[in-house]
Amino acid sequence: MSNQAVSTTVNGDPVQFVCDPRETLLDVLRDRIGLTGSKEGCGTGDCGACSVTVDGRLVCSCLVLGVEAEGKKIETVEGIAEGPNLHVLQEKIIEHAALQCGICTPGILVAAKNLLEKNTNPTETEIRYWLAGNLCRCTGYDKIVRAVQAAAEDLRKAG
Amino acid sequence: MAFDTQTEKQFKYIGTRPKRQDGVDKVTGHALYGADTYKAGMLHGAIVRSPHAHARIIKIDTSKAEALDGVKAVVTRADFATGLTGENWNILENIMADKTALYDGHAIAAIAATSNLIARDAVKLVEVEYEILPHVTDIKEAISEGAPIIRESSIEANVPPDHHKNITRRFECGKGDVDVGFAEADLIVERDFTTEAAHQGYIEPHACLAHMTADGKGELWCTTQGHYNVQRICAALLGMETSQLRVTASEIGGGFGAKTTVFIDPVALALSRKANRPVKMVMTRSEVLRATGPASSSWSTVKVGMKKDGTITAAQATYRLQGGAFPSAPSESPAQVTFAPYDIEHAEMVGLSVMTNRPKQAAFRAPGAPMGVFASEQVLDEMAQELGIDPIELRLKNAAKEGTRGVHGPTFKRIGLIETLEAAKAHPHYSIPLKENQGRGVACGFWFNFGGSTSVSMALSEDGSVALSIGTPDIGGSRASMALMAAEVLGIPYEDIRVTVADTASLGYNDNTHGSRVTYAVGLATIEACRSAVKEMCKRAALKWGIDEEAVSWEDGYAKPSGPNAGDFEPLPLKAIASEMTKTGGPINGHFEASPNTAGPGFATHLVDVEVDPETGKTTVLRYTVVMDAGKAIHPDYVEGQMQGGAVQGIGWALNEEYVYGKDGRLQNTVFLDYRVPVASDLPMIDCVIIEVPNPGHPFGVRGVGETSIVPPLGAVANAVSNATGVRQTDLPMSPPRVLKGILEKQKANG
Amino acid sequence: MVKVELWAGLRAFTGGERTVEVDAKNIRELLQALSDAYPGLKPILDEGVSVAIDGEIFADSLIEPVGPENEIVLMQKIRGG
Repeated sequence: MSNQAVSTTVNGDPVQFVCDPRETLLDVLRDRIGLTGSKEGCGTGDCGACSVTVDGRLVCSCLVLGVEAEGKKIETVEGIAEGPNLHVLQEKIIEHAALQCGICTPGILVAAKNLLEKNTNPTETEIRYWLAGNLCRCTGYDKIVRAVQAAAEDLRKAG
Repeated sequence: MAFDTQTEKQFKYIGTRPKRQDGVDKVTGHALYGADTYKAGMLHGAIVRSPHAHARIIKIDTSKAEALDGVKAVVTRADFATGLTGENWNILENIMADKTALYDGHAIAAIAATSNLIARDAVKLVEVEYEILPHVTDIKEAISEGAPIIRESSIEANVPPDHHKNITRRFECGKGDVDVGFAEADLIVERDFTTEAAHQGYIEPHACLAHMTADGKGELWCTTQGHYNVQRICAALLGMETSQLRVTASEIGGGFGAKTTVFIDPVALALSRKANRPVKMVMTRSEVLRATGPASSSWSTVKVGMKKDGTITAAQATYRLQGGAFPSAPSESPAQVTFAPYDIEHAEMVGLSVMTNRPKQAAFRAPGAPMGVFASEQVLDEMAQELGIDPIELRLKNAAKEGTRGVHGPTFKRIGLIETLEAAKAHPHYSIPLKENQGRGVACGFWFNFGGSTSVSMALSEDGSVALSIGTPDIGGSRASMALMAAEVLGIPYEDIRVTVADTASLGYNDNTHGSRVTYAVGLATIEACRSAVKEMCKRAALKWGIDEEAVSWEDGYAKPSGPNAGDFEPLPLKAIASEMTKTGGPINGHFEASPNTAGPGFATHLVDVEVDPETGKTTVLRYTVVMDAGKAIHPDYVEGQMQGGAVQGIGWALNEEYVYGKDGRLQNTVFLDYRVPVASDLPMIDCVIIEVPNPGHPFGVRGVGETSIVPPLGAVANAVSNATGVRQTDLPMSPPRVLKGILEKQKANG
Repeated sequence: MVKVELWAGLRAFTGGERTVEVDAKNIRELLQALSDAYPGLKPILDEGVSVAIDGEIFADSLIEPVGPENEIVLMQKIRGG
């Protein structure tokens, strides 16, 4: 199959790439754009380690084709911090020791940020169901849920 | 390395919860894992795998694959070393089949091409001619008459000739005379139990980037629990000298035991050697599930005799563990571990390792223990009910303590089992009333813990900051724990210490990150390395003051004159000694190398409440409490993390996770959708109680915590589900259909 | 002489004895003496064993001293995950 040229926006930056139509958005982000923060844990949309947003919608980038990024706005884990300033979720994940190996952390952050943009006062159950598509094998989720709760509280205080 | 009584005083850093130093890298996506590096001219590797559970390989025709544009190298078993023996041979046989495909997913050949897509296209073009052989994947069938014999040459010397030829190891331990013990019993219960294989389920698939150059040197970047071990095995399998291969451990996305061995690393090196270009290999999830080792499946028979007052008079058990087409199932482990928490006069424990046409089992957190405890702790629970004794009281009555000779042989030194039981009994969880269809489970667990070979070095900078080099990949925050221990000894802030996982060319040999050993053994070596630097710093101060070295002591980051004749000098801070170190004798470094053997045994008690829906058989975990003896928690957050993570992996193993093989011998559930690990919405918060009974064999009292945490949950959850349903759960997983079947059978029996 | 407790499965190679006495001052000598006295044990010892001395498990060491006052238990080599 012949490669295709794609123009898109990643974390606010204009990006052009050429890819095989069979390549996933995850392949493209990692292998063509050099953003390896999004991880491939399964390739079937089950683990959420590759979570990104496309035009604000939370997706598994392993289930989106690279060519589908044409004209879209993609946000990845690399775009969450503003320069040297970590997002409150990033701060809370570190403070609460809500990671052990850290491989699921980028996907958890992208998904949790997307939740808090819609709802700054989620219940524990809402957090658990929102993150049900993000597998973590190390932590048992306890500290992750607490970190998201703490971040939500800070965001509410900041108004 | 004895426990320092003086450090029992006031710790300044130990026991605090500072931010981990790799935190920013890991929340911004910059941390580099196995699949995250690239090299100029890099090729991508992919593996041809057997679709058959057992088949003779008649012919491998790679010509069409090699003709595909972009394919640069093809390797088969002929490209690896010959004449290997023992575990090296087993590993090679597992990662690249020779004459026979031994399980669904067994590697047959590998291809390197200019892109991942081309490599995977080329895999489909390799034509393999097989002669299909009879297969067996079930443990009971594997040791029945008529089962195909996998490999008779793997049978160890300790297996009696009358055993089935798929039994490769027989281990027996115990004490006393069980016939005498059972004769003393008022109640005897004997039951059979089975558990299915569970995968470690790390989210990061195996990945590496290999580069062999024309001069015979090699570079390997890989995700592993132990890069020195990878170096040793790869060098043997490639037929090269160990030190010519430099291995760098990437950040690791989980391992839980299965990344203590190799699968693709030698293959990538062989492809690179042939193509003379760097080769990257990354497994797919289905390759991980089909061809990397899950834990063993098991079939256990447990018989216990007890007096009316709850005293155990005898315990007898046989644990059969299935380890795939290789002889390594750790059946000796349940034999030694399951009844070790109890003081039993008469015990006889047998372990049998069984071969089948499945992938080579790999270590999974306290290998072999959880499935054994699933059986033993349920028999104890049933007997406690029969005798009307509280399950914690029953365990307290029989609990091992200092001086108890375990059923596995050795006599325990100071251990904390009783403390965990008392804390569980006193925990509010234990007195919460249960409603209809709810049940509570209790189980205890023991794991040996391990020391292992360790090298650590530290270097002082002129500004007084410290670089600490360790050789054990950091899976769960161990760099933070090492920095805390170094800060404590040196008396400088945690933030002034940077910890690096060094590559195999930069630091001496280290065993894997496994066996719950890192905080204990690498911590011990870190403490000693820093103490050797402290000694040198005291010497420099003595030199400056013109007094004896022995008259200088180290306190909270300062060299101070001590003793009656030391003289009166202003204490010298570490920074001052560091700033002039090059002029006072040269750089100040510390190092320590040892294979410490004083890992303190780990004990835990778990409490769990479940509710079972009688209409569907679905189990919901309502609350879970882990009580564990950590000896001394260096960074309590990461100790709790091990406790919570181990418990939840156990919950998954108990309720959902299983390897499902079809009649054709093929694995049926090769994606996470079908191999279902626990997700956030399945679980409650996991409460933790850290008990600290110091390990007499570590300067700060540390005991390992990584493995004990997964020993009790299978038994604890099974006891809870049994109590909720009134049906004893003898088989895992306790999936809704299986639990419902038990409920319906009971209803039918009760009319 | 030191007393060594073998795991029960090894009785087949010691004429039924679970505890045997050998002349040894350290683990290396102990393993050698066991192999010499009971040749059937040699392949099992060669596959790798651990030795527990007074409750501490030595997975690899050959140099650890042993004496008549010690509790010595031969164990199948410990594996960890």
